[in-house]
Amino acid sequence: MAEAAIRAGCRYYFGYPITPQNELPEYMSKRLPEVGGIFVQAESEIASINMVIGASMAGARVMTSSSSPGISLKQEGISYLGGLELPAVIVNMMRGGPGLGNIAPSQSDYFQATRGGGHGDYRTIVLAPASGQELCDLTYKAFDLADHYRNPVLILADGMMGQMMEPVRFPVLRDVERLPKKPWALTGAKGRKSHFIRSLILDPEQMEEHNWKLMRKYEQIADSEIRYESFKTDDADLVIVAFGTAARIAKAAVKRARGEGLKVGLFRPISLWPYPSKALRDLAKRVKHFFVFELNAGQMIEDVHLALGGEADVFFYGRPGGVVPNPAEISRIVSRQFFQKEIG
Amino acid sequence: MLIKTIFAGFGGQGVLSMGYVLAYAAMVEELQVTYLPAYGAEVRGGTANCTVAISNEEIASPIASAPDNVVVMNNPSLEKFQHQIVTGGVMFVNSNLVEQRPVRGDIILYEIPCNDLAHELGSDQSANMVMLGGFIEKTGLVKLDSIRSAIKDVFKEKKKAKEMNLKALDVGFDYMRKNGGKV
Repeated sequence: MAEAAIRAGCRYYFGYPITPQNELPEYMSKRLPEVGGIFVQAESEIASINMVIGASMAGARVMTSSSSPGISLKQEGISYLGGLELPAVIVNMMRGGPGLGNIAPSQSDYFQATRGGGHGDYRTIVLAPASGQELCDLTYKAFDLADHYRNPVLILADGMMGQMMEPVRFPVLRDVERLPKKPWALTGAKGRKSHFIRSLILDPEQMEEHNWKLMRKYEQIADSEIRYESFKTDDADLVIVAFGTAARIAKAAVKRARGEGLKVGLFRPISLWPYPSKALRDLAKRVKHFFVFELNAGQMIEDVHLALGGEADVFFYGRPGGVVPNPAEISRIVSRQFFQKEIG
Repeated sequence: MLIKTIFAGFGGQGVLSMGYVLAYAAMVEELQVTYLPAYGAEVRGGTANCTVAISNEEIASPIASAPDNVVVMNNPSLEKFQHQIVTGGVMFVNSNLVEQRPVRGDIILYEIPCNDLAHELGSDQSANMVMLGGFIEKTGLVKLDSIRSAIKDVFKEKKKAKEMNLKALDVGFDYMRKNGGKV
């Protein structure tokens, strides 16, 4: 992830240590100085997100990362990034919660990530990788999306993704000088009119107009930036909906269930906001049984319900607290569903 | 094919390095591989383990609830993992530091005196690579040459450690070949 960020042109990283994501700042602390970048271990999460705001305002590609409790601390700054329309990439390697929780893989911050997290009417683009290669590719892509829409992008993964190593093919190293220009950035007003970037808009009508402007942007993102993977859904009688680490396990469960002759598929949202609701709804024209599997007590299931609008039967199975079930556990539940509901 | 191996011992014994080198070697052979370290809040002296999954297909879970192989470098690891290993699975024990033996009769056991062999070589800290050499001789999970090129890459900036690790690897491999190690 760190190398992908640098290859995407990120030259500034500000953060505060927390397990299970310290490998990322550790790598940044070594690698960024080699490419002329700046690494700062700030005194707190709040300081680091404010440093991100500063660097972004000045036009730089900038990143921060943390894990659940640390991301909560950054939320004020993330709301400011949303209101100020500033690009930045934020990584959350989720751990078990609430509170201090533990350091085991969990998906308990789905609500926080997809509903904004901080205060105010704003949205962050949320991407959920499920492999080492995707951690790399989506991080690389996140910087382009952030700049293009002038919006914060959150990469939502978990302790498993944060700790695991897999072979990765890296994308090309971008020339920072040749990245798209940012004519809005605060670069010193000598010889030109001053730029203003602020989120304090006291006049309600003006604030309202700013809000509508943001909403129009979010609509555009919702139209263009949907990402998902479908695996063996074409002939499926039951479709598992899962993201990130849960989706990896679900995929193996699908293969097992297929081995038993059960027609099971997997729908894996990659963009959690915007959520691939339409694709799911289209699937429900034919598939009448959906099984939502999450490493939490049931959060994404709300988006599945919203997408399906009561058109299909939805069953939930979750393991919160950092417990990661094996594929056999999930395929057993799938088999039981087929039996109980007389599917297929 | 999907083979999961757990390497376990004290922090500082190089158990994470063993797993990392194996994972790297699998990558050299263009196999699918995941490496997942696990350690407590402690650093040196605490328990540490890592799981390496190697397959020719996409790997779903990097966690091994029922590993095929377990490499045990200290007593607590033997207690912790002996009941997780699959029937017919293989356990490798560092016979210098592990006094107990597994109670299970349905697994294969190999012993290597890793610390003695490393000491004879003049490099006490290479006990982990002695073990890895023996492990590869018995499992054939990857080629010895792939492990060699992994060590050369992983330790490329530490010339002395690289040379020692390569020697230790051969010592472990040869020991297993000659003595069988089987109990």
